[in-house]
Amino acid sequence: MDIFLAAGSSLFLLIGSFLCLSGGLGLLRFPDFYTRMHAVGVTETLATAMILIGLMLQSPDALVLLKLMVILIMTLFISPTASHALAHAALQNNLVPKLNKQNDNEEVTPSNP
Amino acid sequence: MLHTFTLALSLSVFWLINSGHNSVLMLSLAALSITFVLYLAHRMDVVDHESQPVHLTRKLPGYYAWLIKEIILSNILVVKHIWLGNQSISPTLSTIKASQKTDIGKVIYANSITMTPGTITIKLEGDQFLVHALLRESIDDLKKGEMDRRVTQLEDQC
Repeated sequence: MDIFLAAGSSLFLLIGSFLCLSGGLGLLRFPDFYTRMHAVGVTETLATAMILIGLMLQSPDALVLLKLMVILIMTLFISPTASHALAHAALQNNLVPKLNKQNDNEEVTPSNP
Repeated sequence: MLHTFTLALSLSVFWLINSGHNSVLMLSLAALSITFVLYLAHRMDVVDHESQPVHLTRKLPGYYAWLIKEIILSNILVVKHIWLGNQSISPTLSTIKASQKTDIGKVIYANSITMTPGTITIKLEGDQFLVHALLRESIDDLKKGEMDRRVTQLEDQC
């Protein structure tokens, strides 16, 4: 039983680490602020969940398991709000996103009251 | 009254998980602090259906299951495009129409859009959301309105 838990835990931690690495690579590679935020989105949703699930499988007692669950739920509730606040602040301050040239994007003029 | 009760319940559970102690002194201190927080919340007038959306409890698990599936799929898509490089992405800014009536429905929809990687809600004005997407296809998917329909269904249950 223990060996299955250890193997499952390592698998989840490995996937989580790979997703974190990908998020970091995207953060460095993508061209502008808004696209970089999408790369961070990977790190803050699935990568966090995978690493926390990996740790849950190793937890010694129920209390630690419950605490890890609370951390996961809190992260999932807080991160979209923070992302939205960040993107909104960027648009308010006239940071114009780099958009794909071929697309017929709608005209969006950032307003600064 | 129902909302006060659920707030007290969730605060107690949160306290128990965080402390793990169950001596009489600790439990009475917990009761004291929870009562104080309840009093503060009432004074601030934040105990209502928006901070304690208990009316959604029955439909929420189904929606979460669907949302987790969407989050995993879009994570795979974004990671794929991170490794493919800058030529493969098509950043798009577009407005999406939301069909929810209540504020809480709109917030659930906007947060769901932001939570799935590859799309971020930047602005809410009435029933128009300004959404930035990493890929043009993500905007097309949102415009098909599957997520919108599910959130509206969730909201209508109450």
